[in-house]
Amino acid sequence: MSHSKLASIFNKDEKRVDWHDKALWFVRHKRDLSVHNVKGWEELRNLGHGIKAHMLSNLDNYLIQFEENAKKNGVQVHWAADADEHNKIVLQILKENNAKKIVKSKSMLTEECHLNPCLEADGIEVIDTDLGERIVQLAKETPSHIVLPAIHKNRHEVDELFQEHLGTKPCDGDPQYLTGEARKHLRTKFIQADAALTGVNFAVADTGGFVVCTNEGNADMGAHLAPVHIASMGVEKIIPKQEHLGVFLRLLARSATGQPITTYSSHFKKPRKGVKMHIVIVDNGRSEQLSRPDFRASLHCIRCGACMNTCPIYRRSGGHSYDATIPGPIGSILSPGKDLTKHSTLPFASTLCGSCSDVCPVKIDIHSQLYKWRQIITKETPQPFVKKQAMKAMGNIFAHPNRFETVGKIARWSLRNLPKAMINSKPNVWGHTRDLPLGPEKSFDQWFKDRENDKKS
Amino acid sequence: MKVGLFIPCYINQLYPQVGIATIELLEKLNVDVGYPSGQTCCGQPMANSGYEYESVGACNNFVDNFKEFDYIVTPSGSCAYHVKKHYNIIPQTTEVTKVRDNVYELCDFILNILKIKDVGAAFPHKIGVHKSCHGLRGLRLGSCSEVVGEKYSYIEELLQEVKGAELTTLSRNDECCGFGGTFAVTEEAISVKMGKDKIQDHLNSGAEVITATDTSCLMHLEGLINRNKQPLKVLHIAEILNSNI
Ligand code: SF4
Repeated sequence: MSHSKLASIFNKDEKRVDWHDKALWFVRHKRDLSVHNVKGWEELRNLGHGIKAHMLSNLDNYLIQFEENAKKNGVQVHWAADADEHNKIVLQILKENNAKKIVKSKSMLTEECHLNPCLEADGIEVIDTDLGERIVQLAKETPSHIVLPAIHKNRHEVDELFQEHLGTKPCDGDPQYLTGEARKHLRTKFIQADAALTGVNFAVADTGGFVVCTNEGNADMGAHLAPVHIASMGVEKIIPKQEHLGVFLRLLARSATGQPITTYSSHFKKPRKGVKMHIVIVDNGRSEQLSRPDFRASLHCIRCGACMNTCPIYRRSGGHSYDATIPGPIGSILSPGKDLTKHSTLPFASTLCGSCSDVCPVKIDIHSQLYKWRQIITKETPQPFVKKQAMKAMGNIFAHPNRFETVGKIARWSLRNLPKAMINSKPNVWGHTRDLPLGPEKSFDQWFKDRENDKKS
Repeated sequence: MKVGLFIPCYINQLYPQVGIATIELLEKLNVDVGYPSGQTCCGQPMANSGYEYESVGACNNFVDNFKEFDYIVTPSGSCAYHVKKHYNIIPQTTEVTKVRDNVYELCDFILNILKIKDVGAAFPHKIGVHKSCHGLRGLRLGSCSEVVGEKYSYIEELLQEVKGAELTTLSRNDECCGFGGTFAVTEEAISVKMGKDKIQDHLNSGAEVITATDTSCLMHLEGLINRNKQPLKVLHIAEILNSNI
């Protein structure tokens, strides 16, 4: 379904839209307060952009360097060309270790690869351990935001979900009680887990180590208890040097939630005694995106979610309206690269206001890329005949001043003289909820000509 | 200094009063304004809808009309931005680059080229400023809340000198109004919701009039205000800067 259809369904409940909008604006505002206190924030963004651009231009070398160093550290490294291969590798590792119960710390990459259903089909229990992720997992939904996966649910809905699945008592959505119960529930899962899966926020080429950022400590709890740790990372997560972490860790948390740093920024380098550590390095369309000069900068993304929080459309349409793993402005430039037809409406779900580009900590020119996708989409995917013809006609009128004048006259006359009911009839979407301007008698052109004539006479 | 006036297509046809205020204001400021009669549209409606190639004729027509001028001034941040940012689809002749380099949004031109702050206007009302996105984040007519740096706004600098004018403060200072060209129609639900929220923010701030550098945003807001019979007026900034009541 198109973004606009899904968004209009979400908009049927205006109260929900209002709190969704306010909740995300609150986060965006917190981000503002915290970044405006950092001296040299814009320089930091430039640095982040520069390091990422450099990394992408030397991606092959840095990945190889990372692999070598990780292996030296005793980590097993695997390469996956696509989602399918990633899932097979993970499944294989789990089988080799006879792992039946898995705890996962939030990883959008495993969402992207649809890992959960694949493991579950093999009889493996997968528990998402980030609270928000666990909530959407219980609701059998997908995350609607990359940092705040359950932001579309209010506490009363969570209350009901927990009663149904975790056997909690009705509590009128008391957050303290609910998180307490979630904590108990998750702790039992951590203790029982045979393997822990985490994402990777940053992989450091010159050390072979990697960093996972969470606010709940769930990645650590999983990785420190289970005998097997599998980390899934996209190829673009690599940064050249350990010292670059200082740039990205500062950018990430502030942009995401306005915190100076995430509560846990856990560095993993080598497996503990008796524990196995695996890293799966995944492409899944990334090198194809890298090959598109106009869109390669989308791979700078550090998944902070700031572009979603700032986007006035995202805030009012909800993450699910994007029907993609990564929603919002950045998702709208990543998704068409994967399936142009399926995601053809996403680049149009924007007013091109540019707030996303200005908020992005690694300076991705998001709105310019949306504009560029639009040009490609109208050429390469089926477009409504009427829209195509209308654009052609408009192009033609604007290329010829005399035609422009004639059409303008007719339009003004119609607005002035036709009955309102006819003007605001169904095909005129504008008129459903908005009045059209009254057509003036004279255009500016006419007024100007008359004035010139008056001057002469 | 030869200045060419560009009046965007929809202002020409639907809001001639904005064009009139613009030319009168520039003349008051002793600018020698020319209005080439063959002008139509900057090409933005097609381009933003993904049909850039259908806008080539409009781009060429624009350059033909304005190549002789030292500056091109328009009461639309959005059109000025479009010419600057997206005219790379036609060959970059010296004429084309000259036009792109010298196209200005009206307030930008008055403040930064003419170097005038006080245009001699009087308008004793509470004004809510809507900072249209293309002017704000495209042309940088003001600082925006996302970017760390000094605070400024060309629009407000001019309005502050207007006698009797009082500027109100919004809770979301630079949020988009939801117009976005064809977005207003293809994403109707969101567009309308954004417009309603924007209007409410202005009402809460005590504004009597909403002004902007772009009539397109104002057309969208006015359409909602009139339909919902709300106590607000919209005026393009040229109309305020040209008034003397
Ligand atoms: S595109 Fe930029 S703002 Fe959006 S999630 Fe990625 S890094 Fe954050």
